[in-house]
Amino acid sequence: MSTVLVLVEHTDGELARTSRETLTLARNLTEPVEGHLEVAAVGTWSDELRKEAAAFGVTAVHTLEHELLDADAPPAAVAEAVRQLMGVVTPSVVLGAASERGTPSFAHLAARTDLPLAANCTAVETVDDGWELTRLRWGGVLYEDAHLDAEVALLTVAPHQIAAVPATMPGPAELEPFTPELDEALTVARPVAREALSGGISLATAPVVLAGGRGMGSAEAFAVLEELASLLGGAVGCSRVATNAGWRSHNDQVGQTGTRVAPDLYLACGISGATQHWVGCMNAKRIVAVNTDAEAPMVTRAHEAVLGDLHEFLPALLEEVRSRKGG
Amino acid sequence: MRLLVCVKRVPAPGAKITLTPDGSEVDTTHLGFTVSPHEECAVEEAVRLVAAHGGSSTVLTLGPLAAEDQLRNAIAMGIDHGTLLPMEGPEWDARAVAGAIVDAVRVLEEDDGRFDLMLFGNESADAGNHQVAVRVAHALGRPVVDGVKGIEVTDGEVALRRAVADGHTVHHLPLPAVAAVKEGLNLPRYPAMRGRLMAKKATIRHVEPRHREGGLRRLRLRAPEQQRTETTVLGTGAAAAPAVADILEEVGLL
Ligand SMILES: Cc1cc2nc3c(=O)[nH]c(=O)nc-3n(C[C@H](O)[C@H](O)[C@H](O)COP(=O)(O)OP(=O)(O)OC[C@H]3O[C@@H](n4cnc5c(N)ncnc54)[C@H](O)[C@@H]3O)c2cc1C
Ligand SMILES: Nc1ncnc2c1ncn2[C@@H]1O[C@H](COP(=O)(O)O)[C@@H](O)[C@H]1O
Repeated sequence: MSTVLVLVEHTDGELARTSRETLTLARNLTEPVEGHLEVAAVGTWSDELRKEAAAFGVTAVHTLEHELLDADAPPAAVAEAVRQLMGVVTPSVVLGAASERGTPSFAHLAARTDLPLAANCTAVETVDDGWELTRLRWGGVLYEDAHLDAEVALLTVAPHQIAAVPATMPGPAELEPFTPELDEALTVARPVAREALSGGISLATAPVVLAGGRGMGSAEAFAVLEELASLLGGAVGCSRVATNAGWRSHNDQVGQTGTRVAPDLYLACGISGATQHWVGCMNAKRIVAVNTDAEAPMVTRAHEAVLGDLHEFLPALLEEVRSRKGG
Repeated sequence: MRLLVCVKRVPAPGAKITLTPDGSEVDTTHLGFTVSPHEECAVEEAVRLVAAHGGSSTVLTLGPLAAEDQLRNAIAMGIDHGTLLPMEGPEWDARAVAGAIVDAVRVLEEDDGRFDLMLFGNESADAGNHQVAVRVAHALGRPVVDGVKGIEVTDGEVALRRAVADGHTVHHLPLPAVAAVKEGLNLPRYPAMRGRLMAKKATIRHVEPRHREGGLRRLRLRAPEQQRTETTVLGTGAAAAPAVADILEEVGLL
């Protein structure tokens, strides 16, 4: 019988959404063979949390207990704990979400076990000589089907690619605390300080993003987008051309090497829609493109488009918004 | 101080990625090549650190002979030396790449001394394995932080700012150390003419890499189904403003 081990994350007594997605994918590996679906986690477990895990078919919960494993535990320490747990649980597959904490933890786990690691997977199945999986490349605009040959498969699961679905048969989710032996040296990369973001509406969660690219032509041209953003309660975004030209800070950049956004509305002004920008905004519920070029990919992929010069359109939009707000 | 920067040659696709007929590769017939923006920032940072603290910088890549272009670009930006680990054929997986880089670092350090700081991109632009830096750091027994958006070197120590969802965390690592950096760390310079000319003439050192089976093998690439949306044209220029304001009302923003 095979065991699949999932490293899960939780906050405020709830499993992270990406962890629920990962558990859903993990069940594809255990259900056909009635294997064990076990989880490992840092932090204390409430009854609520156990119930949630049970609903996802979890058979056992290994709480990783060590004074070095707190909210600030460096990924190397988490990875070392999981590596030791693997010796006890002997899983055939270990997976976790490709999240802010999951991604480096799995890189360290891969390094410490010297096993191959497939990052950002969206599907996986067992085959005779290993596993076949699908993973994201180029920030998500391309899929790669790959074969994994390993003693134990290590995978991270791409966020928000699979819907989290509870199991048809709940599992017992029995608590089995595990105390690893961790060396002080593992804490070398522990944070010594935290700096919170300065207020304002964050690009990642703004309900509307007003974005400008090369077509804006200057830093000053963004003033209209700034004003629209404050009137609408949104954030200003931009393309890499705008950051590289020094018009905007990189914090505003949308795309593969910038921020991923998923607002109700994305207004793309003077942005052509290169794949590396597109991956950052493609999850917007609605996209309106403003462009002089009717053939620009951003225009052909948008729900709605305004053709013509943004320098004529944006002041008119600002006027319209102001008067509707006033009226 | 001595710095090493690792970069990877990747195609620079535009609005659409075209695959070769058998789906095994990106069709690069009409594409230029580049490195990840994260890696461009790593190069810039190395140049700045050497300018501030003295020492020298080396850029390294594992790739085809043509990847010398990417090394020369980095040299044009101000990096001192280039090292190529030449390989042909299909991409190596992250475990194999990391192994080859570790071997090469040992050779380079044997000859010229330890690298105080090794800079990587947070993830490669194409493969996005998110692991080469950590594997190399672990194999060499050096501390590493990923997602780095700020670097400050003081006596024997480096302060790293890691970008997290709600701000930054600060980490102090003893040197030698490793950082996997993200775009936004700095604004990379555009290489000047003089730099380009020097880079053209620079000697690139070759270190033969040894390939080991990594374990992850590509079967094929696939483009996800494009959901064809019919684009509704709302109008031209200023005349389209009321229609867009209607949409703002519809989605509840006005
Ligand atoms: C590995 C990698 C990662 C990358 N990551 C990112 C990323 O995270 N984010 C990102 O944005 N890019 C990224 N890029 C860069 C990307 O490939 C494009 O170069 C960039 O997105 C183009 O920006 P743009 O659309 O503003 O400029 P362009 O492609 O030059 O497009 C400008 C558009 O403006 C239109 N226009 C011009 N004047 C006007 C006007 N007066 N009114 C209306 N429209 C006008 C033009 O018709 C055109 O469509 C990355 C590239 C690589 C290789
Ligand atoms: N072929 C390569 N040659 C040199 N450095 C590489 C190579 N592949 C990856 N790297 C480095 O490792 C980082 C992370 O890559 P990856 O683990 O593939 O996401 C990249 O940003 C580069 O700095």
